[in-house]
Amino acid sequence: MSGIPLTHIIIVSSLLFFIGAYGFLTRRNLIAMLMSVELMLNSVNINFIAFNKYLFPDNLDGLVYTVFIIAIAAAEAAVAIAIIINLFRNTRSIDAEDADQLKN
Amino acid sequence: METSALSFYLISAFILITGLLTVFTKKLFRAAIWLLSSLIGIAALYFVMEVDFAAAVQIIVYVGGIVVLIIFSIFLTNNEGVSMPEPLSKRKIFSALAVLCGAGYTVMLLDQHVWMAHSANAYDPSVKKIGYLLVSNSPDSYVLPFEVVSILLLAAMIGCIVIAIKARPEEK
Repeated sequence: MSGIPLTHIIIVSSLLFFIGAYGFLTRRNLIAMLMSVELMLNSVNINFIAFNKYLFPDNLDGLVYTVFIIAIAAAEAAVAIAIIINLFRNTRSIDAEDADQLKN
Repeated sequence: METSALSFYLISAFILITGLLTVFTKKLFRAAIWLLSSLIGIAALYFVMEVDFAAAVQIIVYVGGIVVLIIFSIFLTNNEGVSMPEPLSKRKIFSALAVLCGAGYTVMLLDQHVWMAHSANAYDPSVKKIGYLLVSNSPDSYVLPFEVVSILLLAAMIGCIVIAIKARPEEK
């Protein structure tokens, strides 16, 4: 494992982050946007673990933060999906452009 | 090239390709399945990096929990055979421009940077050490954030039930 440079891991995670960012910017379906956010959160988790393993191997803080991020991502996904389901009941659509009741 | 390095590059290619397919595929359910593959690939990456605990948590929470929740909500809200509409070409062009510039700049910066390890000791992510770090009464443990996260999960659970519950007919 030590043969892999840290830079390559960080490049993979940052490319994954930008893939998620592209999806978040172009998609208008709320569930597809939520999936892009999950990709971005995962790339951050890879970063935390890689920095922890390569630069600060004495303590496990990065790993603990990863576990916290995963727990909070689970809570976020659950709340987002509850909101999406409620929105679908009101507007019969999960498109972000259709949720404009507050506009007028 | 040694085996672990080869498997690292294969897994990275798998993660990035399935991530791209998640973002670009037209059908929502297929996007969920590609997301599932990408998350499994990330768990495999943690296994290659010898952080078994994170890999196990990734599979249990993401693959077993969040993706299943997303697939449920796709079936609850969507006529899943229908393709999503193509995004506006103006939005596509400017998003691609922003993302490509950001990615290129980041890769360029990373390429020039030299990392300094702060210690030469071996990395030991055993479950025992993680457990002591999470729940123990030593001053540098994470017991307060741990409890806060558990309260957050409880609040999120109750909030989800309150938001998603069906209103009674007389309240409508």
